[in-house]
Amino acid sequence: MLQYTIRRLISIIPVMLVVSIIVFMIVHLTPGNPAYLILGEDSSQEAVQQLEEQLGLNQPIVVQFFDWVINVFKGDLGESVYSSEPVLSIILDRIGPTFSVMLISMIFTLVIAIPVAIFVVWKRQTALDPLFISASLLGASIPEFWFAMLLVLGLGVSIPIFPVAGYIPMAEGVLPWLHHLILPSFVLATVEIGLISRMLRDGMLEAVNQDYTKTARAKGIKESAVLMKHVFANALIPTTTVIGVTIAGLLGGTVIIETIFTIPGIGQLLIDSIHRRDYPVIQGVVLFIAVIYVVINLLVDLLYGLLDPRIRYD
Amino acid sequence: MLEVKNLKTYIDTGSGTVKAVDNVSFQIEAGETICIVGESGSGKSVLAHSIMQLNPSPPVFHPEGEILFEGKNLLDLSEKELRRIRGNEISMIFQDPMSSLNPVFRVGDQLIEAIRSHEKVSKKNAKKRALELLTDVGIPDPERRLYDYPHQFSGGMRQRVLIAIALAGRPKVLIADEPTTALDVTIQAQILELMRSIQKKYETAIILITHDLGVVAQIADKVLVMYSGRIVEKGSVSDIFYRSTMPYTWSLLRSLPRIDADASNRLIPIQGQPSNLIDRPKGCHFAPRCPFATEACLEIDPALTKRGEGHWAACILSEEEFSNKKQELEVYAQKGAVK
Repeated sequence: MLQYTIRRLISIIPVMLVVSIIVFMIVHLTPGNPAYLILGEDSSQEAVQQLEEQLGLNQPIVVQFFDWVINVFKGDLGESVYSSEPVLSIILDRIGPTFSVMLISMIFTLVIAIPVAIFVVWKRQTALDPLFISASLLGASIPEFWFAMLLVLGLGVSIPIFPVAGYIPMAEGVLPWLHHLILPSFVLATVEIGLISRMLRDGMLEAVNQDYTKTARAKGIKESAVLMKHVFANALIPTTTVIGVTIAGLLGGTVIIETIFTIPGIGQLLIDSIHRRDYPVIQGVVLFIAVIYVVINLLVDLLYGLLDPRIRYD
Repeated sequence: MLEVKNLKTYIDTGSGTVKAVDNVSFQIEAGETICIVGESGSGKSVLAHSIMQLNPSPPVFHPEGEILFEGKNLLDLSEKELRRIRGNEISMIFQDPMSSLNPVFRVGDQLIEAIRSHEKVSKKNAKKRALELLTDVGIPDPERRLYDYPHQFSGGMRQRVLIAIALAGRPKVLIADEPTTALDVTIQAQILELMRSIQKKYETAIILITHDLGVVAQIADKVLVMYSGRIVEKGSVSDIFYRSTMPYTWSLLRSLPRIDADASNRLIPIQGQPSNLIDRPKGCHFAPRCPFATEACLEIDPALTKRGEGHWAACILSEEEFSNKKQELEVYAQKGAVK
């Protein structure tokens, strides 16, 4: 297990190398002089030169890249062109709201998707199943921005149960924090509920007619126990992959949701930085998202071993 | 003890209703072994699953008739009452030991689950009993093996574990659906030997589904021959092997290799395919493949008639007619060989 973990960690290196090259090239692949792009067309020659020096743009590209990578390892992601603050501390400031939205929508997803899938499989011979297929497809394909606005209009404006926008840190009270997170998290969860419940249902339906399920039934244990223990445990293995991808996907989804609900998180930071052409921050955020993706995938791989004893790590 | 009366299990499929089990009756007493033989698709597996009501759904099965166990009709029981029978009074082991254990749980836990589903025992006592069961079925080093996962067991060992699970509730009837088909020949013999010793120890009635006539000769008290969902002949092992009066059984036996035949003899297969279970032909279902079929066979659907004490067969030919026809065929076959 330890050996596997180490091997798996080493395998991250090439992934991160490619990611870092792409992130680094964001600045250099944009047509024209980045300094011009940042400062605007009609900026003075001196200002452009000063910025080029500040960003190190006057050095050979390979040198720039290694400087950047070394700095990243030192925790130095550069400085924001807009506010001159270190990029890392800007990102760390914005993590809280984003992780809060992700956490609550993940809870929504699991709490809804798992029981729904089990129930549908339990009632698999009724009209519930085709109904569920349509509903899950609808959930998975609903446009987030549209659904968000619909919910805001319905539950924020017409029947004002939830705030239409904004964010309150947990430190200022758990309930207000939760209150502001419910709508955005639910919107974000809708797609994931559709995907995960469908995935789990498919996995369970496959397991339901397996020989080991028959053995379990032949023991005389309750059908509910057969489903929730024997069938579920087997269906969870393929579903875990999707859950892992989902968590990472939530991070991407927050870009839209944070903008609609004006939540000061990573997603909004990214959008704002794109508007401001604040390349160091864009680089930092994209790198940060990539790291989260990789870390979650690593955790999922390690989790497999706990779920499926057949997987061996040597 | 267990009596099946006029059991009919039909399967709804897109192209019609399949009469997988059609009007089957038999009974079994404690300590007895009944073998059900027949080729693939003859309905023997569906019959076995119908007794436990473990047929996969969908497709929907509608078992009709009576399955009397100690006076109760199992087909009338609620799901809850059935659960008290399953694994406790009647147990079942399946064809493929490789896939019949849940891959994500420890063998010991799966065994303990079976023990605790019918008896209120503490975890500690359940574990003790699990150890006894594993020892009973001949698993070496059971103390350690309890904590292993199924993939760490060989096929034969897994079948032993499955037998232990089936025995957990001290059942009176053990239904084995081709328990040795997926195993090596040497392991097959061990598993059969194990089943026999269990039967001796606990007076268990065994219903063994198989298409291996060698197994039948070894272990059976009574034999049921199934063809296209029906029993076409039943009797003792010697009735079936030496005094068969049903062309299907006879053809089945003739298709077996014999150790005393000389090497030039070829096996004689049964011609054709099993009859279509959806649109069944009028008359005897075996008639289209039967070497002795006459015009009458295509019209008359023969019922089981008595041929001796406990020996029944479904064929319009009398015993005498049948043996004459057999001789004719032998002579004809020999002429063909000379030519």
